[in-house]
Amino acid sequence: MSGILVVAEHDAGVFRRTAWELLGKAAALATELKTTVSAVVLGDAPAADLGSAGAARVIHVTGDFATYSTAATTAALNAVITAEKPDVVLAASATLGRDAIPRLAARLGTGVGTEVTDLRAEGGAVVGRRPLYSGKCFADVRVVRAPAFFTVRPNSFPQPTRSGAPAPVTAMAAPAASDGVTVLEKRAPSTATVDLTVADRIVSGGRSLKSKEAFDTVIRPLAASVGATVGASRAAVDAGYAGHSEQVGQTGKVVNPTLYLAMGISGAIQHLAGMRTSKVIVAVNKDPEAPIFEHATYGLVGDLFEIAPKLTAAFAAS
Amino acid sequence: MKIGVCAKFTPDTDTRIKLRPDNSGIDPTGIKWVVSPYDALAVEEALRLKEKHTGEVISFTVGGDDTAGLLKGTLLALGVGRAVLVNDPAAVGTDALGIARILAAAAKAEGLDMLLFGKQAIDGDNGQVGSMVAEILGWVQVSRVSELTVEGTQFKAVRAVDGGLKELVAGSLPAVVTADMGLNTPRFPKLPDIVKAKTKTVEVKNLAALGLTAAEVAPAVQASNFGLPPARPKGRLLTGDADQMVGELVRLLREEAKVL
Ligand SMILES: Cc1cc2nc3c(=O)[nH]c(=O)nc-3n(C[C@H](O)[C@H](O)[C@H](O)COP(=O)(O)OP(=O)(O)OC[C@H]3O[C@@H](n4cnc5c(N)ncnc54)[C@H](O)[C@@H]3O)c2cc1C
Repeated sequence: MSGILVVAEHDAGVFRRTAWELLGKAAALATELKTTVSAVVLGDAPAADLGSAGAARVIHVTGDFATYSTAATTAALNAVITAEKPDVVLAASATLGRDAIPRLAARLGTGVGTEVTDLRAEGGAVVGRRPLYSGKCFADVRVVRAPAFFTVRPNSFPQPTRSGAPAPVTAMAAPAASDGVTVLEKRAPSTATVDLTVADRIVSGGRSLKSKEAFDTVIRPLAASVGATVGASRAAVDAGYAGHSEQVGQTGKVVNPTLYLAMGISGAIQHLAGMRTSKVIVAVNKDPEAPIFEHATYGLVGDLFEIAPKLTAAFAAS
Repeated sequence: MKIGVCAKFTPDTDTRIKLRPDNSGIDPTGIKWVVSPYDALAVEEALRLKEKHTGEVISFTVGGDDTAGLLKGTLLALGVGRAVLVNDPAAVGTDALGIARILAAAAKAEGLDMLLFGKQAIDGDNGQVGSMVAEILGWVQVSRVSELTVEGTQFKAVRAVDGGLKELVAGSLPAVVTADMGLNTPRFPKLPDIVKAKTKTVEVKNLAALGLTAAEVAPAVQASNFGLPPARPKGRLLTGDADQMVGELVRLLREEAKVL
């Protein structure tokens, strides 16, 4: 093995949770495979810090990466991979991982194991385990050419302890690359909470809310009281109670939080597909036969309009 | 405008997936096949672009013997002008790059202005093919698009990026665009159009006709050892009145699940 390369993403110089998560996992895999971990950082960030979670080396591509560009990202990663020749490349399943990594894999004539939720060392290689059919089944994925790309669903691995020494950093100038795509306008999300796909806590509401007003006055405060991002069933989105970007499920966001609260959601197969890997699922539903209860860690049979305000108060007090 | 759209058929979203006894893949018996929901958005957008700018919509699908019939009842009935189906035993079991090489080869010959995809298909959930085709064709790509306009040789699109942020971007055709929820609401084919489409032809091609060899679509990504989702540990229903249940829930979340 000539190593595992982690794409360590950051927001304005602050490494994302996924960067640490991937480094922690890469370090464990590298120990088993008797190889080393390096990291690549695009743009201005404290690259040497990544040594604390096991990066033996960091390749720091200098240049302006503040606004996402397919062409610039693909070219930079291509330059690093061509120089470093890693066997395995890990990236988070986020914009870079979804948009640039497949393009880069096509450039290099290799493949991507997408959205894996687990990685293991086996037979001298890295094997991914991933959901397919929106989480209705799982399979092992192997990439039999080099480098083997894997994109990892956020929150799949724990945050590592950061006790190592700073890593040596090799700087590389960003290669010139443009596809002529320009960003005219950035539209911030209406809420300041973390995006559903990386959220650690989610409170979702369903059709049962019966109005946008109820959704806004019952679900959103409950979410705020526990520091959660708001999600919704498709029925709630279609009825206009919540936004498209808040839909959880097979045709919405696939989420992987530690805590998922389903408030008045029946648990249709398409909704479950989006949230079944949540670590703890709480269901509040007035129908004891609702399918969601088969998947809930804790179930509360009752009227959400009675339970939600009490829960909001209890969370706020705790 | 000459608009291409790539679409595939996936199990209906309410399908309960069953596995083959040897866990080598899913058991397809009894599955109802539908246009993958994000691809349906791409098809709708292609039709709207054609209606606005005049021109033609050509679809590209990699599939099997049953796919021609499915294409007639869906895409051709909806108003797609020509449907190209690549059906070749060597394409079975290929990976995203193999599919991308096939679709790029099929699309290349057509002199398209734009090629639309769903952001991902809901079977493999890979979401790779659009970007890969853009790379192979040397075109720009914009992923996860929820608004799209074309003026002359320029396009504008709203794409989703990290952190829930959206960006309005502009670029030049030809371009690959992948469709996300919110882009439009797909129309359904009307019964007379479904009947009429039965007499339309699907253009079936094999790899050789596209100048591709089986080796060029040999998969780099291999899936094996399929399994159903790990069973969740049995949960429990809390008892008592609302106050008691809420109190107990908060205690359990803190002390047992340790998530608060
Ligand atoms: C192609 C396709 C794609 C789809 N994709 C998705 C997707 O991505 N995500 C998704 O969520 N759905 C999706 N669906 C829709 C899905 O099939 C369900 O229709 C939807 O999830 C139901 O939403 P719901 O649970 O809010 O509503 P319902 O199924 O109507 O359930 C409402 C629940 O609320 C309970 N309830 C009512 N009032 C109260 C109260 N006062 N207190 C407590 N409980 C109450 C009821 O007992 C019931 O269980 C898709 C469907 C199709 C066909």
